[in-house]
Amino acid sequence: MSKLSRRRFLAGSLAGCAAVMAAPAKNALASGNLAGFPDGMGVLVDLTRCVGCRSCEAACNKEQQLPAPDQPFDDYSVFDQTFHHGTQKRRPTEKAYTVVNRYESKLSDKPIYRKIQCNHCNEPACLTSCFVGAYTKTKEGAVIYNSKVCVGCRNCMIACPFHVPAYSYSSATDPVVKKCIFCYDTRVKHGKPPACVEICPSQALVFGKRAELLKIARERIERHPGKYQDEIYGEKEVGGTSWLYLSGVPFEDVGFDTSLQKEPIINNVKDFLATVPMVLAIWPALFTGFHLLSTKGKKHGEEDQHAEKHEGGEQ
Amino acid sequence: MKYLEQEGIRPLNAAVKKNGKQWNLMEKLFLGLTLEQYVSQFIRNKFNWLLGIIFAIGIPLIIYRFIFGLGAVTHGSYDYPWGLFLGFGLFCMVPLSASGFMLGTTVELFGRHDFEPIERLALLNGLLGYLFAVVYLLVDLGQPWRLGYPMFYSFGPAAVLFLVGWHVATYLSVQVAEVSTSFFEWIGWPRAKQFVRKGAIGLTVSGIILSTLHQGALGALFVYAPGKIHPLWYSAPFQWLHFFVSSIPGGLCMVIVVSTVVIKTMSWRCDERFKDNLDKLTLGLAKGASMGLITYLVIKFIAVAHENEWVYLTTGWGAWWLLEIFLGVLVPLFLFAYGIHNKQVGLVRVAAFFTVAGIVLNRLNTALITFNWKLYQEVPHVFEVIISITIFAIYIATYRFILNRLPILYAWKAQPVEVTVTETVDEKTPIEADQELVGA
Repeated sequence: MSKLSRRRFLAGSLAGCAAVMAAPAKNALASGNLAGFPDGMGVLVDLTRCVGCRSCEAACNKEQQLPAPDQPFDDYSVFDQTFHHGTQKRRPTEKAYTVVNRYESKLSDKPIYRKIQCNHCNEPACLTSCFVGAYTKTKEGAVIYNSKVCVGCRNCMIACPFHVPAYSYSSATDPVVKKCIFCYDTRVKHGKPPACVEICPSQALVFGKRAELLKIARERIERHPGKYQDEIYGEKEVGGTSWLYLSGVPFEDVGFDTSLQKEPIINNVKDFLATVPMVLAIWPALFTGFHLLSTKGKKHGEEDQHAEKHEGGEQ
Repeated sequence: MKYLEQEGIRPLNAAVKKNGKQWNLMEKLFLGLTLEQYVSQFIRNKFNWLLGIIFAIGIPLIIYRFIFGLGAVTHGSYDYPWGLFLGFGLFCMVPLSASGFMLGTTVELFGRHDFEPIERLALLNGLLGYLFAVVYLLVDLGQPWRLGYPMFYSFGPAAVLFLVGWHVATYLSVQVAEVSTSFFEWIGWPRAKQFVRKGAIGLTVSGIILSTLHQGALGALFVYAPGKIHPLWYSAPFQWLHFFVSSIPGGLCMVIVVSTVVIKTMSWRCDERFKDNLDKLTLGLAKGASMGLITYLVIKFIAVAHENEWVYLTTGWGAWWLLEIFLGVLVPLFLFAYGIHNKQVGLVRVAAFFTVAGIVLNRLNTALITFNWKLYQEVPHVFEVIISITIFAIYIATYRFILNRLPILYAWKAQPVEVTVTETVDEKTPIEADQELVGA
């Protein structure tokens, strides 16, 4: 609740600034609502159960009608792929909204698999950084994207702490952001689980209300204290995400960024945003005052050059 | 121009010819030269040949980019969404164009009319810098034809970029109005000029407001990326102040650099008022710039102390940060101090060059070099570099085209002034005269 009103306040004050410039305020207010919804859905990913079959990748490809992959989905040699001199594993791209990577950990004798996709943040940085409001956090929890208004500034890609959005750079006429949309249009909107969850053969993915998934995750940790890390990744990270992860090994061993802040990213920008209406309100009087103070009763400049200004400027 | 001066031809600087007739528009465009004279001096100028070569390579590449997409000319990376077009074009051009509002404030607001000879150059520098930042942006945007969307169609008012977009657009129109007075003099519409001049204070104050906010907002844009930018270049509470404060010496020093280039390469276009005052004004600008720089230095270290990031200074990135501060802030500060004290204008100009380079390095560090410091380093595509250089060359050509014509470096006169030609030509050494090239 407090988040909601804070966000509304923020949007409202900025809309106020916009109104000062050209008054598009009515529309501006509508795009400000993006707090986490109490009944939002989510997915719990249990890395201890994932077997790395890649069937979620295949299901996603089919559901989202993505182009055929470079290597078939039953080719497990993709787990050996690395990029940029071995520093990077596979990541979501414009052709694949989700990828599964394989990791080794000292604490586990077998490899660990991790599915990567958009985590559908409660307060998404992509959404708050977008200057045309192309992103929407739906009440079902999905972060969806409207390619019809996207200008292509790619600020969302700068802002996303998980490096998720991809961009179709190869298109000259209609380049757009490509990312997981939680199968919103075809499934989640109608209460059905996303394609990847439905196909998962090992029940590594559970679809449900985020609040209930957190309970399930805590139960699993309590029931098997030696099996899980005592942490749910996504519960607090950048204000919480709809997708939550359980792991048997430390999260940094399987490629998670554990240094992320707990507050939403928009909080970092609020200090600056708060100064905006103040500058707009205070500067005019302040600097006009400076002008009057510093030029009162003085004659400056060449008469022929600026005679007309003294009439106009100092009345 | 040297050859033309010897023939007794002076550049056009007044509304009417010696015989009392009005110059027409074509004659004004050709600087009062005949077509033949104009073309021959244009070809004589070797800088035009360099520009020609850059355009011959770069403009086809820009067309290529719009046919085949960004992926064809940039590395089109998901991890590095912004490259040189924004890293240099937007984030460097905008602070270096803060000159417009700085000098506008000095002259119009604080009534320091002694800075008037250089005010118009500073205003033009601001206008063109912003204009070409937008050109870079248009090349970089995926769908540039939708640039107006955040203005009129679809709003994201909680985004910092929304503010940047609105303010840059509004400020561009303010700057067009500010520079338009020179244009109205040149084209001969005194009424329009008077109308704009009446709003001078209003325009200047809007300029300050908009500049404070969008210079800061460019910094605040990076606050969206905690953890991606190296902590030494990232400061959630102070980033916008760092960008705003550094834009002040950036803009002032850019005027010093541009005026240096102008006085060395096109002094024929500068009138006596500009030439006589330039040294004094350069020192004045340098004083302002050094106050900005020392403030910037202090708040940079305050940010390090605030987040307790001292330990990073011992790493490789820390050494790079210290080098940036040393070359871009400390060296110019010492040179300014010595140069201003001893009235050595040459030294001050070198310091200004260091400052400009320091600002560019800082913005590139923030946007590209330390961005994704935990990941791999991205090197820009060679086409991206060429296109960036080409747009900068178009910027220089436009800059020179306007300086050659509008009364920026000289005062517009209603009547032509009789000049004794031989005197001025004889005074010049061949080298000086050689450098005097009209160009466009």
